[in-house]
Amino acid sequence: MNKTSASVASASIPPAIPPSAKKPMGQRIKEFVTDYKRQWEIQSMVLPGIIFMIIFCYIPIYGLTIAFKNYTVIDTLSTAPWVGLDNFRIILSDEYFWDAVINTLGISFLKLGIGFIIPIILAIMIYELNMGRFKKFVQTISYLPHFLSWIVLGGMLITWFSTSGLFNELLLNLGLISKPSNILLDAGKYWWIATLSDIWKEAGWGTILYLAIMAKIDPTYYEAARIDGAGRLRQIWNITLPNMKAIISLNLILTVSGLLGSNLDQTLVLMNSQNREKAEVINSYVYRMGMTQGDFSYATAVGLGVSIVSVILLLMANKVTSKLNDNQSVL
Amino acid sequence: MNRKVIREDLDSRIFDAVNKVLLVCFMVIILVPLWNVIISSLSSGRALAEGGFIFWSKEFSLENYRAVFNDSTIGQSFVVSVAKTFIGVITHVFFCAMIGYGLSKRYIRGRKLYVAMGVITMFFSGGMIPTYLLIKSLGLLNTFWVYIIPALFSYYDVVILMNFFRNVPDSLEESAKIDGAGDWHIFLKIFIPLSMPAMATIALFNGVGQWNDFMTTKLYITDQALYPLQMKLYEIIVQSQTQSMQNIGGSVVIETTTKGVQLATIVITTLPIVAMYPILQRYFISGMMLGAVKE
Repeated sequence: MNKTSASVASASIPPAIPPSAKKPMGQRIKEFVTDYKRQWEIQSMVLPGIIFMIIFCYIPIYGLTIAFKNYTVIDTLSTAPWVGLDNFRIILSDEYFWDAVINTLGISFLKLGIGFIIPIILAIMIYELNMGRFKKFVQTISYLPHFLSWIVLGGMLITWFSTSGLFNELLLNLGLISKPSNILLDAGKYWWIATLSDIWKEAGWGTILYLAIMAKIDPTYYEAARIDGAGRLRQIWNITLPNMKAIISLNLILTVSGLLGSNLDQTLVLMNSQNREKAEVINSYVYRMGMTQGDFSYATAVGLGVSIVSVILLLMANKVTSKLNDNQSVL
Repeated sequence: MNRKVIREDLDSRIFDAVNKVLLVCFMVIILVPLWNVIISSLSSGRALAEGGFIFWSKEFSLENYRAVFNDSTIGQSFVVSVAKTFIGVITHVFFCAMIGYGLSKRYIRGRKLYVAMGVITMFFSGGMIPTYLLIKSLGLLNTFWVYIIPALFSYYDVVILMNFFRNVPDSLEESAKIDGAGDWHIFLKIFIPLSMPAMATIALFNGVGQWNDFMTTKLYITDQALYPLQMKLYEIIVQSQTQSMQNIGGSVVIETTTKGVQLATIVITTLPIVAMYPILQRYFISGMMLGAVKE
């Protein structure tokens, strides 16, 4: 009905052209301009956003070309000479870069292996609580560390781990050590410090989404399972977890795509001259090469390489998890 | 039959008990370190040097806070932090709401292109160095505006607001249009008041982000007068770390006074967020859910 009236209306000017067929370019531009003018008021709301995106998002993306140039302080983006893939060739033979890659991957995989599962377990534990008050209390406290900045938490960690601080005090009282030492100065332990402090800060916050999903599970499933004689653990395994499959996959994809981008704030505040060899990650390396040593082209090349690998990881993780989820992409 | 029910009941009770014990352990792991920071900040330098306390300080003293408040630059940093958070949040929310409102209208010309441009910004960016060069060439280095202008827009927040605006019934807009109201009028007088919950959520998230942000300062600001609290704290931490490393085994007294100042600054920096926390909590759960809704 609607379709016929539309074709009748359009038929009056260019006869017999169905709406889906392409109109000539000139006419389409003309139509766009008249529509745009007619909508100028609503367009004036979107326009600042478009201008913002062009300046602050797309100009820096264009700026990535300096990865293929030799940019020095006296140059501008357009005058710097092209050097092709030279910067990337240097990267591949730069041992500091490879150290940073190893540290980034080491810390990220620890965070992925431990930090990904803990919020799921924690969310299930909170969900299984049947006392309203205590549940609320646990939630309130567990979200709290998320709101501390890494600078604040870094400061706290430095105090906790100092020789007269909480950590040594606890271990001394428990008789686990006989002499206090500052483990922040111990490079061999840095990966664990980075991982565990991150989990301490974010585990509780990570439960929110899972809890929201679990709140939507139909309680009759649990009743039916109970009648069939399923215990609590069985119910979690057969009802709670399958219901969270989609959101867990989505989180996994996002985590995997972020594998190479470990936390710069955390590294900057916890890294010191003693643990540098184990603490330097790709992001802090880019920061150091670019911002402190002024090697803009080289730092940009590192950053670009990391972005490309991250996008590939994102696509791969999406493919794998969509296979697990009956070929439905969660992205 | 009966015996089976009792056995199940016992299993279930054991499960509950173990669950509760584990969660109490979890609470202890979070709360004890936080508590320790607070009471340490209220300890004298001597007690801090000796150490040896976990739950209760040996010598109560306000000297650390006195030292912090005597430092006039901390007061200035506090003002910078408050100003950048306050102005930043208001401009960010208004800017994103304006764009979100425009994009929530399906009839708007060029919508497909605008949305595609926005989605791309969620996955690609120029990264640290090209952004730095841009900020530099715009003349934003060492100005207060570097806290506000680059933080105006986030496509993620635009999507949340756009979805929220879509839920407002069309008939409201139509009747206002019949009465002769323009788009700006409808946006400001009808949609903004109706969307306060969504805007408050974004404001709170953005506010926490602005308050905790330190990379912007680290990258673009060298003028100490523009340092927010986070940067001030970072300097204090880095300073005391290099100091304590230079004289390992040396003068312990210097280390502990800086430690006291560090602790007091940590508490002061965190206090506004903790004070806001009860208000925050009401909103952030619904905010997380809004964010999880896909277009």
